[in-house]
Amino acid sequence: MIRDHKLWLILAVLASAHLIVLWAHFFAPYDFASQERAIPFAPPSRLHFVDPEGHFHMRPFVYLWEPRPGTETLGAYVEDHSQAFPLRFFVRGARYKIAGIFDSSWHLFGVEEPARIYLAGSDDYGRDQFSRLLYGGQISLFSGLMAAGVSLALGLVLGALAGFYGGLVDDVVMRCAELFLALPWLYLLFAVRAFLPLHIPPTQAFLMLVLVIGMVGWARPARLIRGVLLSAKERNYVLAARGFGASDFYLLRRHVLPEAYGLLLTQAALLAPQYILAEVTLSFLGLGVGEPVPSWGNMLASLQKYYVLTSYWWMFVPGLALVSVFLLYYQLCKVLQEQVKLVRF
Amino acid sequence: MRYFFRRLIHTMFLLLGVSVLSFLFVALAPGDYFEEMRLNPQISQATVAAMRSKYGLDQPLPKRYFRWMQSVLRGELGFSFSYDTPVRPLLVARAKNTLLLTATAALLSWLVAIPLGVWSSSRKAKWLDRVLTLGTTTLLAIPDLMLALVLLLIALRTGWFPTGGLHDIRFSRLNAWGKVEDTVAHIFLPVMCLVLGSLPILFRHIRSALVEVLDSPFIRSARGHGIPEGRVLFLYALPAAANPLISLFGFSVGTLLSASLLVEVLMSWPGIGPLLVEAILARDIYLVIGAVMFSTLFLVGGNLLADLLLYLADPRIRME
Repeated sequence: MIRDHKLWLILAVLASAHLIVLWAHFFAPYDFASQERAIPFAPPSRLHFVDPEGHFHMRPFVYLWEPRPGTETLGAYVEDHSQAFPLRFFVRGARYKIAGIFDSSWHLFGVEEPARIYLAGSDDYGRDQFSRLLYGGQISLFSGLMAAGVSLALGLVLGALAGFYGGLVDDVVMRCAELFLALPWLYLLFAVRAFLPLHIPPTQAFLMLVLVIGMVGWARPARLIRGVLLSAKERNYVLAARGFGASDFYLLRRHVLPEAYGLLLTQAALLAPQYILAEVTLSFLGLGVGEPVPSWGNMLASLQKYYVLTSYWWMFVPGLALVSVFLLYYQLCKVLQEQVKLVRF
Repeated sequence: MRYFFRRLIHTMFLLLGVSVLSFLFVALAPGDYFEEMRLNPQISQATVAAMRSKYGLDQPLPKRYFRWMQSVLRGELGFSFSYDTPVRPLLVARAKNTLLLTATAALLSWLVAIPLGVWSSSRKAKWLDRVLTLGTTTLLAIPDLMLALVLLLIALRTGWFPTGGLHDIRFSRLNAWGKVEDTVAHIFLPVMCLVLGSLPILFRHIRSALVEVLDSPFIRSARGHGIPEGRVLFLYALPAAANPLISLFGFSVGTLLSASLLVEVLMSWPGIGPLLVEAILARDIYLVIGAVMFSTLFLVGGNLLADLLLYLADPRIRME
């Protein structure tokens, strides 16, 4: 067992990020598609503790954003100090379903209508960026993770076949792997994407992304796993077990594959961020999950307009989330690599 | 020489494999370029069918592949529906720009990464090494997409650099020096983005390769003989660490190509990247296949170049 606080700390942070994203219904104050067209590009709400008369309040409150008088520019807003809207926890809001069965409308926090709380501003339709960030994380984080799963499963099966049986199987699999590795990976991904329908519903788009990204990336893990298996199957205890009449499947499961677990773990930590980025890139260019369903990629896509890029810094928020998730994954990868050298799985 | 002949044949087979793979994907794909036309009530079904048969889309796949192969041998690389010309002239014009961008970026990132890596490894665990390692780790976590957006933001806010395209509108009226100046100004932003994106990986590999070599006895004895440190690092240690780095060069071409795809689209650099995305959105399959083949060619070319360098650098490989 691994006794490394750093590893567990990183894992805990990553896991909680995934959980929060998974329960976005509850943690997000609004639905991802609910619009407030009157105030597009509203800046992040300021949480106040002191009212205009100078009284201090324990419970923070927000004001309504209203267009700055006399300006026509988008996103020029001032706070309307006439009425304060205190921040409340565990409030009723937009309805949603838990696990597709139970009806609920509880949200972690919110403010009373008509005020809206924007922790990370709002976008060109006046949709809450923070809520969309959480919902978008469902697509972005989990497509990366699941695609990594697909890649590793494919790589494990093919790599194990090639490494364990050798001969013709090995030749065929490894030639195919070479073919996939010979292509610049983003080009390959785009090419495969090119031959699938362009406009598809979000659930299908998500599954398509997982499969496409996962299947394009099988070659590298397969090669690595083959390498591990090649050395593992020559060990004396494997030969001995074979001599006692152990079947191929038993040998693979009991003696050979356990040597590859460490490799699988580090590869997962390495592939997941890469695949998250792949999803983000595809959605950014309009080849992934489409509006109104958010993904970090299509949220960033509005930055392709120069006036959005220069005027509204909060549109960068999905990018910041992306960078922090990457940092976590790279740290995880580093720690795992050190640990795998020390610990035999 | 025979070694290269073999590599060349290997490359040919690889390209052949890539083309077969692409056509297999085409076969799996529902719909084609004329799909949208069919939905248009103003165009009769007969016209659509006639156009499809004109471009050979009604033929079975092996026959289409065969026809495509013929057009490759004629040097046309298939036919683009949306541009209504053979694919090759379209791609060649764009490929030059991509090559200019990636080659400049590759050169620059290696020129920066080698001194940094060597410098950092020679001061292992000192503050400079720590700062550089921390910096590159952070840089590694920032994807090219974000780098490009932030660089664009800086360029737009300050107005120091043009933010798109290859040349200024007045390009044709500039003199020779002005043309160079204009190109440098336009290429700066995308190259900067690619260099920052590939630097951390190169730096880490160079550093770790050198750290290993610097531990070896011959370096200690060289230092013991009083040979100046700079000479030890660059003339003794670097050549000894060259082998994995040369292989890394081939690998870095691939990463640069992938990164440049996105950077080109974002900074509207007229390379293969924007063309590919356009072609995908228009379902222009032969253009897509052509673009993928070209990018493979670049990558394979980079690997071949790396092998050639390795061949020249390492006498052991020459002996084989």
